Amino acid sequence: MNSAEFRAIAENGIWRQNTGIVQLLGLCPLLAISTSFVNGVSLALATVLVMAMSSGAVAALRTLIPYEIRIPVFILIIAALVTCLDLAMNAWLHELYLVLGIFIPLIVTNCIVLARVEAFASKNTPLAAAWDGAMMGTGLLVVLAILGGMRELIGSGTLFAGIETIIPGTHGLQIAPADYPGFLVAILPPGAFICLGCFIAGRNWLDARAAKHAPAAASAAAH
Amino acid sequence: MNNSPFILAPASVTAVMLKVLGALLPGVVVYAWIFGPGVLVQIVLASLTALAAEAAMLAARGRPAGRFLADGSALVTAWLIALTFPPIAPWWITVGGTAFAIVVAKHLYGGLGQNPFNPAMVGFAVMIVAFPALMSQWPAQGLSAAEQIGLIFGAPRPLDAITAATALDALRTGLHESASAASVATVMASHPAFGQFAGRGWEWIALAYLAGGLYLLQQRLITWHIPVALLLGLGLTALPFWLADTAHYASPLFHLTAGASVLGAFFIATDPVSGATTPRGKLIYAAGIGVITWFVRAYGAYPDGIAFATLLMNICVPLIDMKTQPPVFGRKERR
Repeated sequence: MNSAEFRAIAENGIWRQNTGIVQLLGLCPLLAISTSFVNGVSLALATVLVMAMSSGAVAALRTLIPYEIRIPVFILIIAALVTCLDLAMNAWLHELYLVLGIFIPLIVTNCIVLARVEAFASKNTPLAAAWDGAMMGTGLLVVLAILGGMRELIGSGTLFAGIETIIPGTHGLQIAPADYPGFLVAILPPGAFICLGCFIAGRNWLDARAAKHAPAAASAAAH
Repeated sequence: MNNSPFILAPASVTAVMLKVLGALLPGVVVYAWIFGPGVLVQIVLASLTALAAEAAMLAARGRPAGRFLADGSALVTAWLIALTFPPIAPWWITVGGTAFAIVVAKHLYGGLGQNPFNPAMVGFAVMIVAFPALMSQWPAQGLSAAEQIGLIFGAPRPLDAITAATALDALRTGLHESASAASVATVMASHPAFGQFAGRGWEWIALAYLAGGLYLLQQRLITWHIPVALLLGLGLTALPFWLADTAHYASPLFHLTAGASVLGAFFIATDPVSGATTPRGKLIYAAGIGVITWFVRAYGAYPDGIAFATLLMNICVPLIDMKTQPPVFGRKERR
């Protein structure tokens, strides 16, 4: 594995095949938990951890897992890792654990974890697989951070609210004036869908623009 | 709609939209006469916002601004928003709702002709979900013009002194708060929001909308299917409940004249873009709106159900249209 391959994996995970806005996988936690920046980012961090560990573990065991029953075995590995994380968060980040609730155990059923394990980790070396899982998770992290920040800002006029549950001593910012009534729709599920739709449209727009510029540049070079 | 002879005046979108605005005028006049000039201010606010948002989105999408701005469809959306929002809603509610309707519900879906949801109703639904209290305050009787305009532009709102619930709202809270003791009759007798049949003054507004709607029918801009089916759906759902328990369910006449029933039947549900297009489809679509409206009013938490019912049936329109295609001329009805 050279550095170019690692860079390709990173680009793939964060931009080209971004789980949130390109593959549209694992939207349930994405939309349900992104009501604030802190919630979105902390669930995404948990997912990054699980994806890196499970991809690495599956890649390490890939020669030992019988092909026919690989899916149940993958799920068992993922579930074991998620349970460890669930218990750890309950112990050390209890308040955050209460906020994220059912969505931490539900990382097991997040299709993106199984998708990367099946599509990448079961065919590659542990290091590359762990890196791929981490980068795929990071792509989700970026989307969840922006989505959560946007919904929180529009919905309640704050940013980083609830950060004291992760980093003691800090506190969230009140961006809007104190009498900002709060645009509730942004916090409700429709707001999540509308924001995500805008992201997807924005990414497609960037791609379309790049595609339009690329042939133009090529033909200009030919002349 | 297309009966012979098949020689029709070329109907431009602009002409159609101008006629719709004209048909809304009697309702606007009666509304302003009964509730004060707040609604006129809302119409101006919504119209300006709609035109600005339309121009901005057309520019962003690289479309010729002049031609599409002149078609008047944004103005119809703006007027419907102004007429369904409370006349004393703060200006930013009207501006926000209209901008959302034009930018998100209309242009992000591809502009006029592509939007699956009625833009005005999307604006209404978004605002009532986000700001339920501010979206339920109608001016109390005798609120002066200056006071109304002051409220729109940010005067403090001492609750109840200047605002009142609509008849639908008052009826629901009246029935819910006092549990079994209250009946429709006692609530209607004790609350100032009620008039002869439904809300005080609302009967006359509904009548004015009806006149405008009949003009649209006469001009063949709409067919009878949607208004009739919607009002029948609403009335026939209300009827058995009212007959079975007069004390706890309002009469069909109340439902037909209260809130946005008539406006919805003739002007909102008949939107040619987001509504059903086949004759049988129109009947199913509009009857569905009527039935859902009654259920939202009777059991829901929001003052009126027309907006939610319209949006719900809008989703069903592709399916309804697909299943109710009339047979091609000369062929037998499909079994």
